[in-house]
Amino acid sequence: MEPILTLENIGKQFEGNYVLKDICLELAPGEVVGLVGENGAGKSTLVKILFGMPEIFHSGGYEGSIHYNGKPVSFSSPLEAIEAGIGMVHQEFSLIPGFNASENILLNREITNNTIISKILGPKLATINQKAMDERSNASLGALGIDIDSRSVISELPVGYMQFVEIAREITRDTVKVLVFDEPTAVLTEIEAELFLEAVRKISAAGTAILFISHRLQEIMSVSDRIVVLRDGRLVADKPASELDLGRIAELMIGRPMGADKASARTGTEKAVVLKVDNLWVDMPGEFVYDVGFEVRQGEIFGIAGLAGHGKLGIANGIAGLFKAGGDVELRGTPLKLNDPMGAMKMGIAYVSEDRKGVGLVLEESIDLNIGFNAMQIQGKFLKKILNGLFSFRDEAAMSQAAGYYIKELDIKCSSGKQLVGHLSGGNQQKVCLAKAFVLEPELLFVNEPTRGIDIGAKKTVLDALRNFSETNGTSIVITSSELEELRSICDRIAVIFEGKVAGILDGGASAVEFAMLMSGL
Amino acid sequence: MKVRIQTIIILVFIALLFVIGSFVGVNPAMSANDVVMRFVMNGILVLSMVPMVESGCGLNFGVPVGIIAGILGALISLEMELGGIGGLFAAIAMGIGFAVVLGLGYGLLLNKVKGDEMLIATYVGYSLVYLMNVFWIVLPFRNPSSVQGYGGSGLRSTISIDKYWQNALNNVFSISIGKYITIPVGTLVFFGLLCFAVWAFFKTKLGTAMSAVGANPDFARAGGINVDMIRVISVVMSTVLAAIGIIIYQQCFGFIQTFSAPLAFSFSSVSALLLGGASLNKASIKNVILGTFLFQAVLTMTPTVINSAIEIDASEVIRIIVTNGMIVFALTRKTKEAK
Repeated sequence: MEPILTLENIGKQFEGNYVLKDICLELAPGEVVGLVGENGAGKSTLVKILFGMPEIFHSGGYEGSIHYNGKPVSFSSPLEAIEAGIGMVHQEFSLIPGFNASENILLNREITNNTIISKILGPKLATINQKAMDERSNASLGALGIDIDSRSVISELPVGYMQFVEIAREITRDTVKVLVFDEPTAVLTEIEAELFLEAVRKISAAGTAILFISHRLQEIMSVSDRIVVLRDGRLVADKPASELDLGRIAELMIGRPMGADKASARTGTEKAVVLKVDNLWVDMPGEFVYDVGFEVRQGEIFGIAGLAGHGKLGIANGIAGLFKAGGDVELRGTPLKLNDPMGAMKMGIAYVSEDRKGVGLVLEESIDLNIGFNAMQIQGKFLKKILNGLFSFRDEAAMSQAAGYYIKELDIKCSSGKQLVGHLSGGNQQKVCLAKAFVLEPELLFVNEPTRGIDIGAKKTVLDALRNFSETNGTSIVITSSELEELRSICDRIAVIFEGKVAGILDGGASAVEFAMLMSGL
Repeated sequence: MKVRIQTIIILVFIALLFVIGSFVGVNPAMSANDVVMRFVMNGILVLSMVPMVESGCGLNFGVPVGIIAGILGALISLEMELGGIGGLFAAIAMGIGFAVVLGLGYGLLLNKVKGDEMLIATYVGYSLVYLMNVFWIVLPFRNPSSVQGYGGSGLRSTISIDKYWQNALNNVFSISIGKYITIPVGTLVFFGLLCFAVWAFFKTKLGTAMSAVGANPDFARAGGINVDMIRVISVVMSTVLAAIGIIIYQQCFGFIQTFSAPLAFSFSSVSALLLGGASLNKASIKNVILGTFLFQAVLTMTPTVINSAIEIDASEVIRIIVTNGMIVFALTRKTKEAK
């Protein structure tokens, strides 16, 4: 079949550095092409070029050519691309919360009735034909296989459903021939994601070409006809999905084979108890903790698992003092004063927040300062005294030396320690957050969602770094994560949180079924 | 060092004014002298913005709070009949005292209105100025230079400090170049020292914490920083610097201006800082010096040159157009920054 969209030798450079080079890609009607690659491999740049985002032109345009529908095109704004029939579904929603589903789906393309007034004063004053709009919206939603009342208001829908409304809006355009999905399932639960993939199959069966970008490789495998792998701005594979498996894709993405990631059970019961938590409650919106108790031993890697909203994230936030908490927490037998971040850190507790950009980092400051800040404020490190200690100033040299160590150790990809953290990719930002905690030399380290939103290569580095740090320094680490497989690969024991309470504590080696039972409260 | 295109445009504009001026009979040496004088007069007031910007309290539209503290210090110094350098520094010392007290209250108030600091700061400035308008009448000042000539009570709206400490600091080591240019070295050095002190402060532990609070309060809080306390400290610092700033201004100007005069300094100081390239939560000493220079040079040169060119006195009209035009310019910059 004739391809609807052809990219030929697409390249893009920023100040002499190629972020994309010689990308050739074809998309045929009714075909689903999965696009995968690590963070920074060039996926989003490719999409930006396709949609003619202004930043591409401001930074010098791109190389190569794009053919759409048999004609060479070069969109100079996303609007032109959309008008030509290329749709995009974003990770973040662009819906109006106070409008209902059909109003959102047909925004600015409303089906109207002419009245006398509109005949005199122009079509802007035509009345809305709500019935026809509902029919049209229901048809689109129905085609996706989802049961949403087209009159329901967006703000009252579950998050997953908003995604469907957004897709319905894209497919309701008659002209749409190509759809780009950028991480569409990031916010969906597993069941919703399954429904969603079903919808994607239906859309493609109707003849729309789809470019599907996701970090979840299983999804890519199950939905794509062809899979395209980018690595460091180059296209390293373009193969039918049937010829690939998960391991092979991962290898192609990171350019080296994946090793076995199984932790050996190391800690016995003879090690001293470092952290003792009893009757802990934490008032963290969306992640309430009602009554939690557990013990963590010296050098142990302790996992906390559970479904979203059941309170697993609240535990570390409460102990680190970021949200109001109560109960008994003892560190090596000394009671810890809650609701006091400074006190917790002074006692030797470090904390890596799940909210990297909001809490973990100052984006417009350098890597050096981000890593050194807590150590300076809490422990008085990286300060040099002047005039017999009358004044003490930041010791930039010492800070940059410490940061340099972690940049090397954790393989933080940056031009230097002076680079602003906001310019780093997600995975590298996460490594800076870890370095910030490591430099405090804590006795106990809390890490929330260490691998959320980062690619496979960085995931491995982050988990290895945590394990090494624990082994070298005898630090106990408490990892909270939504990715059970990841916890099972690194943790000695894992507590499963259900409705704000500990449902049970299992060995890392316990079967997935046991975990699933505890997570669903059985 | 990167030079912004706006800076170049303004510099070219200033140069152009000097060139046109020389054709229409404006003495360039005199103009240069005016620019230098106005630079040292206003520099510290612009500098006073920095701590609050860095701590995330925004641009200090409440600069009249510090100015009122400075005026109180200056008036008491006059009341005590102190002259010369001693009188000036006595005024500064007392001004700092008042500024600390007012700044504490001001800072605590701003902590209650996080997110709307600049709006509330404007109200605070206006309210305090009008409240003080009552007190300027009833406070028991007795120095004949300060009080109204007829009743013998209630302050004048402009009080001459000719007999006390006018130019006290300007004259220290002042250098005269030719007939028209006098460089007020003492005041320049004093301004330089304050700039250095503020620069050095942001290299200390507390200063670093302050910048972090401004850049990301949640980050600072997770790092054990008492965000509210740091913000209050920054407001006190800004208020103290504003108090010092107005006393230096009076020293150069020769008058203490009371009643509604403090209101005149908010917009000019804010737009000077923005013109220097500062953003809503990032301001450096470079921004202060560059901004004060650019703003004052344009403000001094435009009316003089245009007046001479068209030979009618339009200076006040032009001054208002220029100042407000710059705020509009600065605000368009601000929204760009926000994107």
